[in-house]
Amino acid sequence: MTAITPTKSPASTNLPASAFHRDYKSIRTLVSVGLSVLAGTLTVVACIPLFSVLFMLIVRGGTRLLQGGLAIFTELPPGAMAKPGEGGFGNAIVGTLTMVVVAVLIAVPFGIMAAIFLTTFGARNPLSTFVRFAAKVMTGLPSILAGVFAYVAVVLLTGGFSAVAGGVALSVLMIPIVMLTAEEAIKMVPQKMKDAAIGMGCTPAQVTWKITIPSAMPGILTGVMLAVARAAGETAPLIFTAMMNNFRWAIDGKQPFVHLMRPTSSMAVFIYNSSASFSQNLIDLAWAASLVLVMMVLFFNIGGQLLSRGSRPKR
Amino acid sequence: MTVISHDSGLTQGSITQPPSGFDRFINTGTKLLAWFFAIGTIALLAYIIYEIGLSAIPAIKEHGASLITSNEYEPNADKYGLRAPILGTLYSSALALAIATVFGLAISIFLSQGFIPRKLEVVFKNIVELLAAIPSVVYGLWGIYFVIPFLRDMLEPLGFTLGARSMLPAALVLAIMVLPTISAISYDALTSVNPRIKEAAFGLGATRWEAILKVIVPTASTGIFGSVILGFGRALGETMALAMLLGNKNVFSFSLLDPGNTLAALIANNFPEAGEVEMNVLLFAGMTLLAITLVVNVIGASIIQVANRGKKGARQ
Repeated sequence: MTAITPTKSPASTNLPASAFHRDYKSIRTLVSVGLSVLAGTLTVVACIPLFSVLFMLIVRGGTRLLQGGLAIFTELPPGAMAKPGEGGFGNAIVGTLTMVVVAVLIAVPFGIMAAIFLTTFGARNPLSTFVRFAAKVMTGLPSILAGVFAYVAVVLLTGGFSAVAGGVALSVLMIPIVMLTAEEAIKMVPQKMKDAAIGMGCTPAQVTWKITIPSAMPGILTGVMLAVARAAGETAPLIFTAMMNNFRWAIDGKQPFVHLMRPTSSMAVFIYNSSASFSQNLIDLAWAASLVLVMMVLFFNIGGQLLSRGSRPKR
Repeated sequence: MTVISHDSGLTQGSITQPPSGFDRFINTGTKLLAWFFAIGTIALLAYIIYEIGLSAIPAIKEHGASLITSNEYEPNADKYGLRAPILGTLYSSALALAIATVFGLAISIFLSQGFIPRKLEVVFKNIVELLAAIPSVVYGLWGIYFVIPFLRDMLEPLGFTLGARSMLPAALVLAIMVLPTISAISYDALTSVNPRIKEAAFGLGATRWEAILKVIVPTASTGIFGSVILGFGRALGETMALAMLLGNKNVFSFSLLDPGNTLAALIANNFPEAGEVEMNVLLFAGMTLLAITLVVNVIGASIIQVANRGKKGARQ
């Protein structure tokens, strides 16, 4: 990589050859090479944490996952006195999925309709600047404050910790992501397609629902998947909205419905609560839960990115 | 051009139909919904600020200025001073930002200035983006069982003893978590610099790094500065890594080896078991954090917006 010198521009061939010569004794060259090496080293060093995390997840989480087998996905968290290898976090998996679904049901219509406003009905409206700015500010909202908000707005109002409160907290984090990516995706739809539909006499709503949204679908789904990936890993907003429920499944045996109004476990809060436990068994389970959670998050993340790669306009 | 039409359409003298009543209903409905949710976005943000702000009032009424001036935080003695967490929030974020800026800037320069083949560049970019995808609670777990023992082994020969929880590992993990924000936005800023400016610098005989440091980075500086501010906003609000690694001790110290606390970590650690009075104080802590992060994020987003506006101008 050091072979490329800045002076090899072909435009200057009539200069003396010495102009292209790289003097390795010159301080300027040495500084330049040194900085290149430094930048490369810093980049490589920054990648180490990721590999370290993945390595520990695979070694510690993977071991426990293999040892625990299917029981991990079907059993409740063990007590502190349980024998090593006992228990699982099935309720936490169901709880996380439940809350993510609740959040998706709130955030996706919200985000997509607001994006339609930004690109179609309100594109020339001064209000759209404020809407976009509000969404951008919301992307920077600390996740714990989404939890504080949901606590005040839902938990205090309904009188208890619940999956709904957790879902509301997560949806606050998802809305701006869905909205801003949907806006970008809708903007990518060629104007000619819309013009053709308008020329056929379509109403703006018909253009939106039959042309714009279907064409922008891959991009919109990318945003949804990225938002799901973000929400699934969130811990802080769930600590005091959904709380924890180590003794129950989110789904009761007698009722086929998920208990949306009861304290609900989630993978992230399970990891948090078990992380500093005195029980080695729980710590190992926390590692296994981390591995499952990271795989879940990466699945949505990579899936979203693959979708967006496939949906780039072909020109 | 051929006109495709049905016979019946032509005989009526028209090849299209006006929208039916149902079509118009759908149109109005869609429009109203779009307006509703667009205003809903602003309303939601306003409602979040209003709810958190309003719920902090009881604490202010009861404890007044001692909330931010006092150091003592003892719920049992009815003392709620948030000075240590506030300072801890700023200090931990500043430390993390210092580390992350050095690395983030190095990464964004290294990846944007053609040091390595394009394919390798994409690989590194994806790796850094994956750093952001790992949930913060997993980083916390990793911090407890890898970073802390690792640092302890490193520091012991030097004569330092690292406690179970302290600022150094917390700030390091926090730095890893804000790194992707800084490197991604700086990368965008650097790649949007007009390549001709760089070529002009080379033409004047600048070395590669002279061109980067004296021409390209200054040109992209607005965007880079914005990325650092947004990274700061992220660090201020980051909760789990600090709640798990910093020790939840309401004492402020500049020493890297001492435990401490931040506003977000305080809320996360104390909220579930808080009584009514402490709950009010924690909601006040939430309001303080909201105020700090809102100011920082609005500044950061505005800087990025200005930087992007300049970019559009340069291309025309």
